[in-house]
Amino acid sequence: MDLGDLSAIELTLELATLVTGLLLVIGTPIAWWLARTPSKLKGIVGTVVALPLVLPPTVLGFYMLVAMGPHGPIGHLTQSLGLGLLPFTFSGLVVTSVIYSMPFVVQPLQNTFTAIGERPLEAAATLRAGHWDTFFSVVVPLARPGFITASILGFAHTVGEFGVVLMIGGNIPGKTRVISVQIYDHVEAMEYAQAHWLAGGMVLFAFIVLFALYSLQHNTQGT
Amino acid sequence: MNANGPDGIRASFRRDYPGFCMKVDLSLPGRGVTALFGHSGSGKTTVLRCVAGLERAPGGFLAINGEVWQDDANGVFVPTHRRPLGYVFQEASLFPHLNVRRNLEYGQKRVPADSRKVSFDHAIGLLGIEHLLDRSTTSLSGGERQRVAIARALLTSPDLLLLDEPLAALDLKRKKEILPYLERLHDELDIPILYVSHSPDEVARLADYLVLMANGSVVADGPLQETVARLDLPAVFADDAGVVLDTVIGAHEDNDCLTRLDFEGGSIFVARRPEALGRRLRCRVHARDVSLTLERAEHTSILNILAAKVVGAVATESLAHVLVRVQAKGTPLLARITRRSSNNLGIAPGLAVWAQIKAVALLD
Repeated sequence: MDLGDLSAIELTLELATLVTGLLLVIGTPIAWWLARTPSKLKGIVGTVVALPLVLPPTVLGFYMLVAMGPHGPIGHLTQSLGLGLLPFTFSGLVVTSVIYSMPFVVQPLQNTFTAIGERPLEAAATLRAGHWDTFFSVVVPLARPGFITASILGFAHTVGEFGVVLMIGGNIPGKTRVISVQIYDHVEAMEYAQAHWLAGGMVLFAFIVLFALYSLQHNTQGT
Repeated sequence: MNANGPDGIRASFRRDYPGFCMKVDLSLPGRGVTALFGHSGSGKTTVLRCVAGLERAPGGFLAINGEVWQDDANGVFVPTHRRPLGYVFQEASLFPHLNVRRNLEYGQKRVPADSRKVSFDHAIGLLGIEHLLDRSTTSLSGGERQRVAIARALLTSPDLLLLDEPLAALDLKRKKEILPYLERLHDELDIPILYVSHSPDEVARLADYLVLMANGSVVADGPLQETVARLDLPAVFADDAGVVLDTVIGAHEDNDCLTRLDFEGGSIFVARRPEALGRRLRCRVHARDVSLTLERAEHTSILNILAAKVVGAVATESLAHVLVRVQAKGTPLLARITRRSSNNLGIAPGLAVWAQIKAVALLD
């Protein structure tokens, strides 16, 4: 393992942690709304959130590149805010990853919120708890398995992305070169031994994540 | 409808659902137990949910002992969590992530300390749950869960207690376990209780005031004794037609192992009761257990015979029978007799008869 590999691992973990944190903040209200709204917009919003599940990453990456570019709406916004342009920066990777991994956080949360149902919320209201109070004192504790599942899936999915990263971030060492891109580079350069180290590590990581999830779901079924 | 002034509960709701319309305009007593009675689908739970603010009937009005909780004409709608009420759902709906003690404290700690009227010890004593405090809610029996739910609601020191069929999900044994606690609430709390039920037994045992509902509307309402003895109501109680007597234990006749229960209109004997003299006891006399004679039978095994006057009679669903209302001084009784007997006796309003009571159901 060389310095490039270590830097790629560090960057990947940093990206995945940041994206997971942002997704919990952004995805929770979206999932809450989707789980409880009677609105007709629910179907459309749910579909848009789920799109990254089926879209080829290059398609999503392409449109994000255009949108964040000098003539795109996000590009205009970031430029007028004095932030410059996002493509080929770490921030650009974060924004794109948030959208790309959104369904992996929103869907488990939405399912959990739906399963909790109205009754605990009504019981809390009759016990003088306001909306925010109810959310933090009843919903969050009851939805804990859902939050854990959402975090693990969001984190793992961000770690594994490749196509989107190439389209948006390119391959800048220390800035946008994450593990999956690093593996690709090793293979291109015929450095199979180094590719093995990283790829094998990813397999182990994926196994641990899925095993943890499986154990967690198995445990919470009993209660 | 009867006026109760600013004291009492004024509720006017209308809500349309596909294929169903709930429309009520009620004026209820500001204390005691009011039962909302009707078959499932009659809208009684919807009324309760509107009172709680869990559902909103547009254009509705609701005032509890002078406090306005909803007045859409003036843009007033107090959200549920700001209404000083206690609500007990059909299933206890305890929070599974909190143990019994934390469930009880959940509502209590959200009420400012200076408005807490019910102490923790009083509530758990009233419901007999002292020994459950450190248990997980999932380890409780159905009856225990419901008692915890009632105590949890009481600990918010409500001005109004709403009970939505709290016994419906329980078997007979658990029901019998909880009923005494509900009676204690009735006796010890100075707040109005709205009790939704479809069980004539529960209503007869607990209610002071009765609201009969069918198809989303109020069919009749009034004090319990008067309302259950009314002949103009559809057969809401069907085979369970009968009256409720509020009696006081007047004497124990130990030679014969009997107890005399006195009430306005006379007294009746029942098998020896363990309660002390002067204790109040509510009992039910089913119409099917009352027969009528023109002369007082001298040589009969029936012990309880009351002088009464016929008030009126109506046909029942079974065409062979009629339901006769008689008045024994201040107390109405219902008798279910055959049409043939009614014709033979010449039953007509004003006729003096003797009501023979074959059985008395003590509500315990």
